[in-house]
Amino acid sequence: MVSTTEELEVAAVAAAAPRRAEGRRLGRLRDLPVLPLAILVPFALMALFANVIAPYDPTEPIPGAKIFEPPFWMAGGSAHWLLGTDFQARDVLSRLIFGARVSLIVGVTGTLVAGGIGTAFGILAGYLGGWVDQVIMRVTDAWLALPALVFAIFLATMVGPSMWNIVIILGAVYWTRYARVIRGEVLSLREREFVKLAEIAGASRRRIILRHILPNVMNSAMVLASLTIGVVIIAEAALSFLGVGVPPPQPAWGSMLSDGRSMLMVGDWWLTVFPGLGILLVVLATQLLGDWLRVRLDPQLRNL
Amino acid sequence: MPPLLRVSDLETHYSSFGGSRVVKAVDGVSFTLAAGETIGLVGESGCGKTTTCLSIVGLLPNAAKIVGGHIEFAGEDLAGKSQRQLRRVRGRQIAMILQDPMASLNPLFSIYTQVAEPAYYHRAMRGGSLRERVRELLRAVRIPSPAMRMREYPHQMSGGMRQRVVGAIAMAGGPKLIIADEPTTNLDVTIQAQYLDVLKDIQRDTGVAIIFVTHNLGIVARMCDKMAVMYAGRIVEHGAVRDLFRAPKHPYTKALLGSMPKLGSKERLYAIPGQPPNLADLPMGCAFHPRCKDAIAQCLERAPDERSFGAGWTARCWRAAEEGKEGYVGAVA
Repeated sequence: MVSTTEELEVAAVAAAAPRRAEGRRLGRLRDLPVLPLAILVPFALMALFANVIAPYDPTEPIPGAKIFEPPFWMAGGSAHWLLGTDFQARDVLSRLIFGARVSLIVGVTGTLVAGGIGTAFGILAGYLGGWVDQVIMRVTDAWLALPALVFAIFLATMVGPSMWNIVIILGAVYWTRYARVIRGEVLSLREREFVKLAEIAGASRRRIILRHILPNVMNSAMVLASLTIGVVIIAEAALSFLGVGVPPPQPAWGSMLSDGRSMLMVGDWWLTVFPGLGILLVVLATQLLGDWLRVRLDPQLRNL
Repeated sequence: MPPLLRVSDLETHYSSFGGSRVVKAVDGVSFTLAAGETIGLVGESGCGKTTTCLSIVGLLPNAAKIVGGHIEFAGEDLAGKSQRQLRRVRGRQIAMILQDPMASLNPLFSIYTQVAEPAYYHRAMRGGSLRERVRELLRAVRIPSPAMRMREYPHQMSGGMRQRVVGAIAMAGGPKLIIADEPTTNLDVTIQAQYLDVLKDIQRDTGVAIIFVTHNLGIVARMCDKMAVMYAGRIVEHGAVRDLFRAPKHPYTKALLGSMPKLGSKERLYAIPGQPPNLADLPMGCAFHPRCKDAIAQCLERAPDERSFGAGWTARCWRAAEEGKEGYVGAVA
């Protein structure tokens, strides 16, 4: 009995060895999150090449088209405007494609702004401690106490609507969670012995922050970023829906929803369903990607 | 020639609640260390060993402050220096090895990068000579095939190897003094012995002075020229390792020696009764008297002064002074 189990183990190990080597080569590819990428890559390409793909100018009415034309498969639809037209006889498909550009640009850059501000503050608070920590964290607390969207609306009405203003506003609203999480991470990191040894070796604070602290919090910052993108996209859509976001006639999914809302009652569903679906899919995909990243970068699961 | 390091009457206090509570973590510590010499700082946890070391490198936590005494290192007083000035001394002149080899290396950089850094910044080495230096350092700490190993990352190495890499990093800046704060506590016994050999070799080759913080007297016997036994923030006995092991004067030193396990002994291992005192609320008189078998009335009233028993041999005990001769074994037997 003993010998057989031993033999079995030997055989299992022998069989596993080449398979593992192979798995390592393919590992990166096989572990990729298929569903989120299947959603995000087409949207990203769409946003990137919007001016090539889009059949019409999204801000001008299609010459010869009526308003509220239905999608092509419905009675009265036309292959000239695949997803129908809106209340100004503009092409819904083109607006959708350019809207993806707005959503993704605002989502990504807004997250970068939020992440940049939050990470910087978090590291300063966590590493320097003392009154710097107190000031930064109390400001963070106060910031968190404000309802994010209301605060964003307030700021948007103050500085006036434009896409880049929205980016800065959303960055300024959503940096707080980074500051909190990163500060916590830094608190434990700065007690680690390699940081102590760097201090003993005569490294300056700036050097320790840039070399030992920042690279070691990048994992958390990235996971947080992937989860924030969805929140920022929704916030941008909400601002645009409320009319304080991306100004018309520039197409944004949020303002398209808002424009089509009144026509929902009379059955012109294509005006709202497509941009709504776009928001849903992109946000869902970023959240799934974030989950995958979190598992992937979790040191406990990473087996380092 | 003046000693490399002279710590005199060092007092480091921790204060909390805005100074309303003061803990005298280091209370009048003095010792000297010459180049190439090794001193062992021994004592129970919380007796001020680590605080003494952190005072020397100037990296005390915010709540702690050096309130008195001098730390003369290579002719300069470190106690009065600003952080900026100290930074120039640290790394170039003083290096440190800490307890946990798993946490002592930055997981994101290769061994080469981390060993090269002090040489790059403190010795201004570049290119080929820097690579050669790193290889040499890794060889000195007995990392096999250093040229290959230096491209690896910390997670690819065992605890013993990592701690040797930390030793290499400590040596990279070419320091005159290494402070080793329980460097072998987290290594297993065979690796410990190996590590101590490595340190000894480095010391023989470079003449670096070492402060060895430990509570393992076996390591002191093996590594150190002299030792300082600390209790409640003070050095209660100081002298050559040989003398202290043969004829300890202070009952606490005796008790520590008595609680070392002996090979083949069937006797129950001796443990010092009681707990180390609360540093914020020290007993009157000698801090050790509540745990001392031989305490007399005088011990309860006044803290004992330092008495000399020969060259560099001092102890703070009323009874030791009274006995004044060898063979006093009251505390343990």
